Amino acid sequence: MIVLALLVLGASCATGEAAKKKLEKGTLNSPQKPIFGEKNPRAVEEPVLSPHPEALTTTAIVGATIMIGNGKRIQNGSLVFQGRKILAVGKKSDIKVPAKAKVIDGKGLFVTPGLIDTHSHLGVYATPHVKATADGNEMTDPTTPYVFSEHAFWPQDPGLRTAVMGGTTTILVLPGSGNVIGGRAVVLQLDPRRETRAMRLHQAPFGLKMACGENPKRVYGSKGRQPMSRMGSISILRRKFIKAQAYRHAQRVHEHERAEWLKKYEKAQDESSDGKKLGKEPFGPTRDVGLETLADVLDGKITVHIHCYRADEMLQMIALSKELGFKISSFHHATSAYKIADVLAKEGIAASMWADWWGFKLEAWDAVEENVAMVSAAGGRAIVHSDSEIGIQRLNQEASKALHSGRRAGLGVDEDQALQWITLNPALALGIDKLTGSLVPGKLADVVIWDKNPFSIYAKAQSVFIQGRKVFSRQDPPQAWSDFLVGTAVEEVNP
Amino acid sequence: MRKSIFTLVLFGLYLPATSQAWADNGVVAFTNAQIYPVSSAPIKNGTLLLKNGKISAFGKNVVIPKGAKLVDCTGKWITPGFIDSATQLGLREVSQVAGTVDSSPSRKDPIRASVRAADGVNPRSAAIGVARRHGVTSVLSVLSGGLISGQGVWLNLFDGRNKSWMNTISDDTGLWMRFGESGARAVGGSRASAIQHLRETFDDARLYSQNRKNFEKNTLRHLVTSRLDLEAILKVTSGKEPLVVSVHRASDILAMLNFARDQRLRLVIVGGAEAWLVKSQLAKAKVPVILNPLENLPISFESRNMRGDNAAILSEAGVRVLISSQSTHNVSSLRFLVGNAIRAGLKWSEGLRSVTLNPADTFQRNGSYGRLERGKKASFVVWTGDPFEPVNWAETVVIRGVIQETQNRQTRLRDKYKKRLGL
Repeated sequence: MIVLALLVLGASCATGEAAKKKLEKGTLNSPQKPIFGEKNPRAVEEPVLSPHPEALTTTAIVGATIMIGNGKRIQNGSLVFQGRKILAVGKKSDIKVPAKAKVIDGKGLFVTPGLIDTHSHLGVYATPHVKATADGNEMTDPTTPYVFSEHAFWPQDPGLRTAVMGGTTTILVLPGSGNVIGGRAVVLQLDPRRETRAMRLHQAPFGLKMACGENPKRVYGSKGRQPMSRMGSISILRRKFIKAQAYRHAQRVHEHERAEWLKKYEKAQDESSDGKKLGKEPFGPTRDVGLETLADVLDGKITVHIHCYRADEMLQMIALSKELGFKISSFHHATSAYKIADVLAKEGIAASMWADWWGFKLEAWDAVEENVAMVSAAGGRAIVHSDSEIGIQRLNQEASKALHSGRRAGLGVDEDQALQWITLNPALALGIDKLTGSLVPGKLADVVIWDKNPFSIYAKAQSVFIQGRKVFSRQDPPQAWSDFLVGTAVEEVNP
Repeated sequence: MRKSIFTLVLFGLYLPATSQAWADNGVVAFTNAQIYPVSSAPIKNGTLLLKNGKISAFGKNVVIPKGAKLVDCTGKWITPGFIDSATQLGLREVSQVAGTVDSSPSRKDPIRASVRAADGVNPRSAAIGVARRHGVTSVLSVLSGGLISGQGVWLNLFDGRNKSWMNTISDDTGLWMRFGESGARAVGGSRASAIQHLRETFDDARLYSQNRKNFEKNTLRHLVTSRLDLEAILKVTSGKEPLVVSVHRASDILAMLNFARDQRLRLVIVGGAEAWLVKSQLAKAKVPVILNPLENLPISFESRNMRGDNAAILSEAGVRVLISSQSTHNVSSLRFLVGNAIRAGLKWSEGLRSVTLNPADTFQRNGSYGRLERGKKASFVVWTGDPFEPVNWAETVVIRGVIQETQNRQTRLRDKYKKRLGL
């Protein structure tokens, strides 16, 4: 095996300058160099383009209502951000504005964190909605943990700019819900690049999209395939995760064996031995990208997002997750979350919900307008999500609708709590709360300046910053982001 | 059996909480309200008298009869009930449960003018109560599919649990059709083919109307259109009902303007993504546009020039704008759609007209809909403030003189679990 690998290595590098040098130095003749270790790429592929250079500016918004996103607000407050990060936030009188800062008079303005949507199909179901752009559902296999939404995301989707104009800065781009396991979801920031991966939020974990209920059984049942029923869906999940457990175990055994081998290797190198005593480098199980994804889920490295409407099915999924050993980060849609708000609070599982969507299918028939507020009032992690290129433009309005439906029903919820539904709570569900989601020093400067209280339907985002970079301002001349809109009459409007 | 009699009795006695407002003499005075009659100037701090189901008076100096029930509306606003001009309420209960969907028949024939939405409506649909809770008092419910989809129906959103629910269904309203991508698809995928079908159908209708006897004797030349369809089309050629066309691309809108001019039809545009590009032609032809102001992305190639301030631009150019959710389950969001149109530049007063006076006038429901006028049947809403703001809600909803229930299936589910969870 080593010989074979050597030959392959030699052959593939034969023309490379580096390989020639190595040969000259004779490194290939020294004890066998590890082949499969560090060189074995993991599922994270690196972008071709580097991130945007750090903004060198310092910005201070002075004398605004600062809504932190963590349930608190500061009247007549100031916010300073420098480079990528927030430097200071507090009462106007307490904040010293750096001399070099660009000062924005915040009088009458409201400042919030950039809004975060846990459920977006922007880019993977881009506009225009034609077959050519429908890339969000790999419905050829009920479990596709090996597909990545970032491989389909079209960074020219016209919906990106309109989302930013509504104050949204960070999104989880999910595969669709046709499959029981849909694939990896990716956290992107809406600072558009030519390359999707360059839009990834650095250090954000991947998500895994799963689905229960009507969709998978409709998609596959209609093809005469499994799952044809909810029973089938659960059984598929169970079997898949049991395989993943075995895969993870095999990987761990291999890692252990390899570590032992490496120790021997280091020792052999120190002793300048000929390496013959080493034996073969242990060869681990063949890499399986799908099982690798699920193994990462079992290890808690990937957040789990389950499309699930019915309360009883959410309870099924909670039981299943405990059996199989993974943690559910958020249920999505969850139109009946209010029925199990107590359980969701106890289990620490978020519910990503709409304010008022319902009735388009039977599992969405029991939705109520107080759903979000009830989950929140029960102490749960309520999130308002969009699942729509239209809804994502007004998460603040959706949160406002949910808030006021709750207040009308006598539930004790307030604006600052409601802001959490679209900022800190989604950040927590996506595992990015240390990076963004509230206006706290040290976090990324993802900031929206609103012309009035964002819970008013008439409020507009005046400026939007992502990592301190101004990505949108209503005062600046309009510009098309999407190449698709180049040459249209709407290329240069900002409504 | 005993149970069903009991249920009937219960329903007979059933009165919503707000109906405590009814006084012995049947007169209710809504006092200290900000009143928006729409067809006349707004009144600050006024009174509206509801008597025998009619608005007997409103204004600043209204004499309140003795025995009238007083409802203090300090800080509250009164507007006409809102009208959503293009929904599928009552025709679609659960979109993915086929047996409950009557809005989109899958038929091969492109001309279905004689199909009446009214024949398929379920006036006790749970979706009706959800819309009513947000101050929508009337809607048009319409069919989709084909080239000519059928006749819409005017619905008054009475409470399905109240005995008045049978009155929900009103008249056939408008002949609804589709042009552009969807209309073309219905006739093999060509806009030119769609127009050819339309010309032939309308020519048949005119010939038929002038030669009914020959038609019955079978001595008229062959007509491609069926008799019932021809009868339905005559409602439009006679000018009694408008032809309502779902169309987006600017050039398609112009094609329909030409067709309507040639055929001497009353035209209404629905959708109208690129209507703003042909605003002056629309204004000149006095053709109203029914639109959803949230639609600001190029969903299809026919809406490539779509923009979020379509309503504002059209209104400014003198085009009559009607705002519609074009939905079934989210008709409740109508008021927020208006709010968004205003956010994108539409004048507030025009926003109010877009869901009151404009639909009432377009579909010729003059008098008691979309406006507050003395002596007319009352359909109005008492709001806790600006109806377009989420912070406010519809406190009292009156349809055709009857104070309505604002609870619905959703609020009952909510209450059930609110109690169970002790929230």
